[in-house]
Amino acid sequence: MGQTINGVLRRHGLILAFLVFLGGVALNADAFLTPGNILDVLRQVSITGMMALGVTFVVLTGRLDLSVGSLLTLLTVIVVDQHNIAGPFPAIVMTLLVGVAVGAFNGLLVGFVGLNALIVTLAMLSFLQGLVLFYSGGSNVNVANAQETWFGVFGRGDFLGLPVPVILFLVGAVIAGLVLQFTTFGRRVYGVGGNETASIFSGIDARWTVFWTYVVSGFTTGVAAVIMGSRVMGAQNTIGQGYELTVLAGVILGGTSLLGGSGSIWRTVIGISMLGFIQNGLLLLGFPYYVQWLVTWAVIIIAVWIDLGAKRGRIFA
Amino acid sequence: MDDVILKVEGITKTFPGVKALDNVSFDIRPGEVHALVGENGAGKSTLMKALAGLHKPDSGQIVYQGAPTEVTGPLDARQKGILLIHQELSLSPELSVAENIYLGAWPTNRFGVLKKRELRRNASKALEALGCGFGPDVRVGTLSVAMQQMVEIARAEAFSANVVIFDEPTASLTDTEKDQLFHTIRGLKARGVGIVYISHKMDEIFDITDRITVLRDGQVQGTVDTADTDLNQVTRMMIGRTLDTFFVKAKAEFGEEVLRVEELSKSGLFQDVSFSVREGEVLGLYGLVGAGRSEVVETVFGVRRADGGKIFWKGGDIALPTPRQSIDMGMALVPESRKEQGLVLMMGGRENTSLPHLSLFSELSVMNRPKELATFEKYRSALSIKTTGPDQAVSQLSGGNQQKFVLAKWLCADPKLIILDEPTRGIDVGSKSAIHELIADLAERGLAVIVISSEMPEVLGVSHRVLAMSEGAVVAEFEGDDMTEENLIDAVSHHRGEAAA
Ligand SMILES: Nc1ncnc2c1ncn2[C@@H]1O[C@H](COP(=O)(O)OP(=O)(O)OP(=O)(O)O)[C@@H](O)[C@H]1O
Ligand SMILES: [Mg+2]
Repeated sequence: MGQTINGVLRRHGLILAFLVFLGGVALNADAFLTPGNILDVLRQVSITGMMALGVTFVVLTGRLDLSVGSLLTLLTVIVVDQHNIAGPFPAIVMTLLVGVAVGAFNGLLVGFVGLNALIVTLAMLSFLQGLVLFYSGGSNVNVANAQETWFGVFGRGDFLGLPVPVILFLVGAVIAGLVLQFTTFGRRVYGVGGNETASIFSGIDARWTVFWTYVVSGFTTGVAAVIMGSRVMGAQNTIGQGYELTVLAGVILGGTSLLGGSGSIWRTVIGISMLGFIQNGLLLLGFPYYVQWLVTWAVIIIAVWIDLGAKRGRIFA
Repeated sequence: MDDVILKVEGITKTFPGVKALDNVSFDIRPGEVHALVGENGAGKSTLMKALAGLHKPDSGQIVYQGAPTEVTGPLDARQKGILLIHQELSLSPELSVAENIYLGAWPTNRFGVLKKRELRRNASKALEALGCGFGPDVRVGTLSVAMQQMVEIARAEAFSANVVIFDEPTASLTDTEKDQLFHTIRGLKARGVGIVYISHKMDEIFDITDRITVLRDGQVQGTVDTADTDLNQVTRMMIGRTLDTFFVKAKAEFGEEVLRVEELSKSGLFQDVSFSVREGEVLGLYGLVGAGRSEVVETVFGVRRADGGKIFWKGGDIALPTPRQSIDMGMALVPESRKEQGLVLMMGGRENTSLPHLSLFSELSVMNRPKELATFEKYRSALSIKTTGPDQAVSQLSGGNQQKFVLAKWLCADPKLIILDEPTRGIDVGSKSAIHELIADLAERGLAVIVISSEMPEVLGVSHRVLAMSEGAVVAEFEGDDMTEENLIDAVSHHRGEAAA
């Protein structure tokens, strides 16, 4: 989409601040820039990143998906539990299908019924958390035959020296990026997000477009759950808690506008990776792990503020 | 120096890829109406935005009341007494009239609490001075465009403006509203306010202004006294040639009926509207703003739902089409409001042009970029659109050039019926006659054309047949020699009189 001077400046301002932060951490924590740590961060990022790919579609239409945190929990519980019951392959298929179904339901309520996206997905967040406890009966699940199954490949495997989850994320990002930039669906997403009325006047069915973005979001969360289950070889009832905001923070940190119509997948890849390194850096500096909540808060506020400021042409203008 | 209130000296303003203003000098005297004219994208709005503090010039200075002045923002400009009334109105629809008049400069007490009574009192005074028919407490969103404009003008009273700039103020006004506006402008003028008047309507320019400055590609071509010049000279300064003032009408050779509408109704908007249009025919829809013309065509196109009535496409009943179905059948609607309905502002011309026809510009859902670019280039030159490239966001284009992309996106798929809702709003004289020729050309190529216009000469000039609409009903139909201004005025005002009685 059109790169404005403003856009370039705000990107560079953020990236500059990020590089300064990286340098600071590297000087104070020797482990930070070791290949082992970097791969660790990327493994973590591959899960939030995979979810963020789908959420980017939703945000580009000017809507939100806050249900993905609980959805990740539910789907991880499902994939692990069904792995024990039905085996890895059926478990994965079922997980993806449930993800798509939940996305479709969100899409129905937001796209067709026209309910507010924030409320619909926030309510879904709560509903799914309840469903998790209902499904699991409150206990954690673990993969029974962890040593024998090939299921571990998605979260723990390596291929050509790269972790498999990172490869999955990058492949997903490339596909999502191509879809947004080069297909008619991508064009509709940008159209609806940029100006819904003008898109309707152009014969685009905004309802279906919105619907499909939620389906994509449900699907990518399903893939993320497979990686998560495979990595942990189990699932706690709170495993995805807070992920909805981390994912959103990554998307908007990359510069995709909450107002819709501008942003891209590569921005999301950058944003979510930056967030991963920030959180890891803080841990290595000795901050307790829960500062990541504060970081998410700060990132969201700053990113939204910059987004709004750039729209008004005040900050960095 | 005494008789100049504001002077612009050598202002230059560059945007990436365009020099919008190139060493422009220009002055405004108290009590004069100074016209600023030029083609779409000549730099008129940019110059005025520089005066109002919305753009910072790269070089040059503004001398205001004898002293070099820097205007830091719109509010600063207003407080200094320079008021810009935008090409696109800029009020907050949710706020009251009084709050809008003082937007951003609300009187508050020490604790930052709004002084409501003072706000109301001052606003009432300003409204009364202008003779507005509404009070300070009305929510702005409920007012008509003309009334909203009065709210903006009321700021001139409220801030005792010395300079008031009108950027295409009559683009969406009816003739009566225009007369009212001119009355207001003459009032301001008599009080010694210096006025800048930007318009593409030459009759207005010659009616109300004292001097005319012509801009072309960001440079001043010259300033002349209105009394000493004529249309031909000004046009030549603007576009380098003169224009024929007569309209070219398409040959009246009609084919099959393309669209027929029978007793279409939507409660509260229009009732029992019937008409039809044939291949090669240009049907005009005349009426005052608010007569329901746009609503009718939006319903035919499918973005609104009718309560009753029938729509036939080439003889077949197509009850309640969706916009997608309409487009695929070969219908095109150039909507009334380019910013809200016409364009995705952050997209470039290329993406906007292909937006209604994604399947034509793709194979297996993959966009065909070379085809998009070719179409973009074709219409860029055909409509002489000023843009730096296929991906320059259309939000950065001048108003008239945006309008041309709205036309391009609907022409590029060879429709069978094209509905043009105010197609020349905000378009310069040269391109305007180009669009009139285009309409004739489309009709001669066998398209059915429906033209909605509030400009009587335009609707009479291009159409073979004209329907007059008033208050949601078709009140008369004229053809051939009956198509006269008197008949049209008579039809719409007579009906109004009847309805009132
Ligand atoms: N914010 C912007 N960014 C980039 N280019 C701009 C911007 N604003 C205006 N321009 C460019 O500056 C030139 C002058 O535009 P301007 O809006 O002043 O034209 P105008 O004379 O008012 O035309 P119109 O009659 O169509 O309203 C155009 O080429 C336009 O594309
Ligand atoms: Mg303009």
